[in-house]
Amino acid sequence: MKTILELTLNGRPRQDLVADNLLLLDYLREVAGLTGTKRGCDGGECGACTVLVDDRPRLACSTLAVQVAGKRVETVEGLVRGGRMSRLQQAFHEKLGTQCGFCTPGMIMAAEALLRRNPDPGRDEIKAALAGNLCRCTGYVKIVEAVEAAGGATEAAE
Amino acid sequence: MTLMPPFRCLRPATAAEAARLLADHPGAVPLAGGTDLLVNLRRGLGTPPALVDLGAIAGFAAIAEEGEGLRLGAGLTLADLAENPAIRARHPALANAALAVAGPTHRASATLGGNLCQDTRCVFYNQSEWWREGNNWCLKYRGSNCHVVPKNDRCYATYHGDVAPVLMVLGAEAEIVGPQGMRRQPVAGLFRESGADHLTLAPGDVLTAILLPPQAGWVAGYAKLRVRESVDFPLAGIACAVQRDGDRLAGLRMAITGTNSAPLAVVADLAGADWDDAAAQVLVAAIRKTANVLKTTSVGPKYRRRVLLAAARRLADDLWRQAAP
Repeated sequence: MKTILELTLNGRPRQDLVADNLLLLDYLREVAGLTGTKRGCDGGECGACTVLVDDRPRLACSTLAVQVAGKRVETVEGLVRGGRMSRLQQAFHEKLGTQCGFCTPGMIMAAEALLRRNPDPGRDEIKAALAGNLCRCTGYVKIVEAVEAAGGATEAAE
Repeated sequence: MTLMPPFRCLRPATAAEAARLLADHPGAVPLAGGTDLLVNLRRGLGTPPALVDLGAIAGFAAIAEEGEGLRLGAGLTLADLAENPAIRARHPALANAALAVAGPTHRASATLGGNLCQDTRCVFYNQSEWWREGNNWCLKYRGSNCHVVPKNDRCYATYHGDVAPVLMVLGAEAEIVGPQGMRRQPVAGLFRESGADHLTLAPGDVLTAILLPPQAGWVAGYAKLRVRESVDFPLAGIACAVQRDGDRLAGLRMAITGTNSAPLAVVADLAGADWDDAAAQVLVAAIRKTANVLKTTSVGPKYRRRVLLAAARRLADDLWRQAAP
């Protein structure tokens, strides 16, 4: 059974014919070609597939594509403005918040959701907001510093 | 590329339509936030012919005053439940239990109704299909042997929901819409002690709301034991509500999760007693009698039993102090 899925993906309206059982993660990677969103544990345990749905973080591995019909979906690719990285992405780059990079898109999208609700979060708020995202390089200190920098708690790295 | 089983996804606009669709499609299951169901389907645990997505039902996530109590729509996300000012002020134990579930991203989509109706879990069940096949399946799904209790009388998978025990000690009721219309029943009545069939909802029943009565004079809390402070299911969870009359207990309600195939009320007749070591021993003995902690998680049952009793005692002590006049 297939359905026409209408949504706004990274600011652009789209229509795709998708199977009812297609996961949002597979839709993003295989149909839309947006491979920034990562398949990590594939079971809702690691946060690598975190995207934004109407500004709230959502695990693309535990969501059907048809569940986001009519909604605004954003992936890490959508943060780029005019070919330049966003302030948050730039902060991950400059504060060395990325090691192997696999958890980074999920970390950035979870942090982006936090910053949209709270533009200047404290360290504890950042840790709480990223509590569902695992980094197997264990680079958490630099990740939290990157979000802090992007939030304006320290001088922005732009 | 997808390894999901084939199914149709139906999107009703009302609860009554959802109930009708569930009744008309044998084997169909309701879908809420998806954080439990979709993960299980992806692991090869179930092949429903249809999912009925409750996410498009109008008003399914509403919070409303009803009489002196609150009516919480079953579609409320756990994040909304944890952050809502009315719930935080009137039922902080419920807000805290919601906040203790999984991680922040799960809570942004997981719902109140979905958390209550989540599947039971077991270290022999929540595994990949290859793992389970190599282990000759299990009694809960596709097999005939229970690897936890070899007498195979039933499945002993454990219920790990954090919210249900709190609703039980708050005296909450569940509102259910089924093919015969709407009914209300105590939250405890949603569950039975059978790991492979732990929900009493009939095919076609949709959990639509939770009704919370006012809590005058009661102080409630929830203690969750887990390995990490995020993401993990409870190794054991204890909800307790205490009503104090000077130096005596006017009432005590307790319910536990993460120990049995259903969240269970702990029955200890302590009304009118002083809260002292002797009373605590009565409570601990009642918990020991109720809990049936088995080898269903990767953390051993001996440890879980011990921390369950210790944490329950500590929670009751804390609430006793908080309830001081």
